[in-house]
Amino acid sequence: MARSEPERVLLAHGGGGQLTNQLIRTLIVPHLKNDPLSELGDSARLELESTSICLTTDSYVVKPLFFRGGDIGKLAVCGTINDLAVAGSRPLALTLSLIIEDGFEMGLLERILESIGQTARENHVSVVTGDTKTVERGAADALFLNTAGIGIRLPGVNPGLERIEVGDKILLSGTIGDHGMTIISQREGIEFESQLVSDCAALADLTCTLFQRTDGVKFMRDATRGGLAAVLNEVAEGAHLGIEIRDADIPVKPSVQAAADMLGFDVLNIANEGKFIAIVSPEAAEVCLELCRNHPLGRDAAVIGEVVASQGAPLVELRTRIGGRRVVQMPYGRELPRIC
Amino acid sequence: MLDRIAKAQQQIDEACRTLGRPITVMEVCGTHTVAIFRSGIRSTLPKGLKLLSGPGCPVCVTDQGYIDAVLKLARRDDCIIATYGDMIRVPGKDGSLETCAAKAAVRVVLSSEDALQLARDNAGKTVVFIAVGFETTAPASAVVVQEAAREGIENFCVLSGHKLILPAMRALLSGMNDRVDAFLCPGHVSVIIGSGAFAEIVNDFGRPCVVAGFEPLQIIEALAEICRQLSNGKAELKSIYNAVVTERGNLAAQQIIAECFDAADGYWRGLGRIEKSTLVLKEQYRRFDAFARFGLSDEPGEDFSGCRCGEVLCGLIEPMQCPLFGTRCTPAKPIGPCMVSSEGTCAAWYKYGRRS
Repeated sequence: MARSEPERVLLAHGGGGQLTNQLIRTLIVPHLKNDPLSELGDSARLELESTSICLTTDSYVVKPLFFRGGDIGKLAVCGTINDLAVAGSRPLALTLSLIIEDGFEMGLLERILESIGQTARENHVSVVTGDTKTVERGAADALFLNTAGIGIRLPGVNPGLERIEVGDKILLSGTIGDHGMTIISQREGIEFESQLVSDCAALADLTCTLFQRTDGVKFMRDATRGGLAAVLNEVAEGAHLGIEIRDADIPVKPSVQAAADMLGFDVLNIANEGKFIAIVSPEAAEVCLELCRNHPLGRDAAVIGEVVASQGAPLVELRTRIGGRRVVQMPYGRELPRIC
Repeated sequence: MLDRIAKAQQQIDEACRTLGRPITVMEVCGTHTVAIFRSGIRSTLPKGLKLLSGPGCPVCVTDQGYIDAVLKLARRDDCIIATYGDMIRVPGKDGSLETCAAKAAVRVVLSSEDALQLARDNAGKTVVFIAVGFETTAPASAVVVQEAAREGIENFCVLSGHKLILPAMRALLSGMNDRVDAFLCPGHVSVIIGSGAFAEIVNDFGRPCVVAGFEPLQIIEALAEICRQLSNGKAELKSIYNAVVTERGNLAAQQIIAECFDAADGYWRGLGRIEKSTLVLKEQYRRFDAFARFGLSDEPGEDFSGCRCGEVLCGLIEPMQCPLFGTRCTPAKPIGPCMVSSEGTCAAWYKYGRRS
């Protein structure tokens, strides 16, 4: 039977036989090249410099697979790196699982693998082991990815909600809403889409700098789903303290704000993929801001507010541009575009 | 900008002092409701000035009977339901479009054109466009009905729940809630119907009407204008949204509404039956009328026990006065439509207000 190179991924590519082997050896491994992976063992063996590690996992089901500023592959690498980075570790290695729908274009898969390889190399992490599954048409939407990652904890770095105190500053690493509004507008085919670009980026270099150069970073989280509002509410609740932020100090690109306004979204709730929020001591705030602004991924960083004492339930409050106040709630599920 | 805001705030304070009695201003536009909350305007106003949200959120004012008709359609396996996003979570008797065991495919669309395209792409199914909203969205529905007629797209129809804002304002002042002192008039709707349309409210009911946009400055300046009029014992029509609103409005949009729709008596949540307040497709477009095509009734539906959305919509109570608010009724699990739509009064209170 003639077995020419198929242009689409077939169910058989996940069958564990020759086609699986071929897919892994000719397409996946070359893009991700590194020693532990090349052994293609059941597990990757790693020699670690420390036994104190961070471990995380995340799945990626973004649609569209390619968006301005990134793709599902870049997102899967950056997302897991960021989860490790904000916990105070230096990301070291990732796993990669692919769940591919029967009929998925081989060329697209290659582009995504290339993107994964490139993003990993740029950020000095290796994809050391993985898995490939194919599922019947309709059982998955084109391609799902999962990445798990380990990072070596930075010595002496111990971020935690319990360290947060009244008077601490809220540092935001840059503009918000870029990723979410890019995806939403691209998905809906809205005209202003060309101005929007996802902020998808790996933050480890910047976060390691902050953790190592100052001892004032008490807590850090990347503001992904649920946006700035979700992270601040988690912090307030976890620390049993209030948070007050100033609208005028929160960096938002005008095109992102316009898109959010048009669809009736609150930009505070919109997802980011390359931004973190750090709770820093007042003494360290200036230095942290400076370090961020000197880094390409933190150029628009700003101190946007403070931790305050809470009366009753911990609350996140926003000082508006006109001097008013309002509550910033934990977002509830997905945002729906409004009618008019 | 901050200077102008401070000046307007000062004018509001002075007018309230001069008047020496509480003032109630109603906005009748969901976007205003949200803008007021988001910008924290309420927290900057003197105690004597009360802002009420009226029947301005399209999803909220839609009667339960209409929702039940939509859910009935969702149970048909020969239909595709094309709807604006807000509608999918409005609960009916047996769940919402999101949670009912729908046999029809439910698609969220951002425009009426997307709905018509669904019909072109799915010849074997009937696409029903859930057409709700005020004068702002009605022209878009009219356009696709005419397009479908022209192209002979017979597997497309519209379930019109479109509403007109002026009859609702009149109904409120004529009985439901005559405590409203003045109206902050809707920016979007005024783009279509023109600021001049509100003259009848000023003339017939002696209430100041000020058309404003959605920037905090616009809203505060509009409130200052309202307070100024009230403290001078006047009631005038004024637009401070002149960048986009004209006195006569968008004539082309008005014309296409008139070509496709007749104003008929219709049911509103909370306000009941209001004369000539809803838009029904004209006889010549009857074949695109989903009510007619599927033999659906537009009779009023049963309200859910305990839900006080109707009173919230009339400005008779504030959301916190509803015993369900924030307890059994939350954005995650809404019981009434005012908690569903992002522009709903209850959702805005829940999201932006202090509940302690």
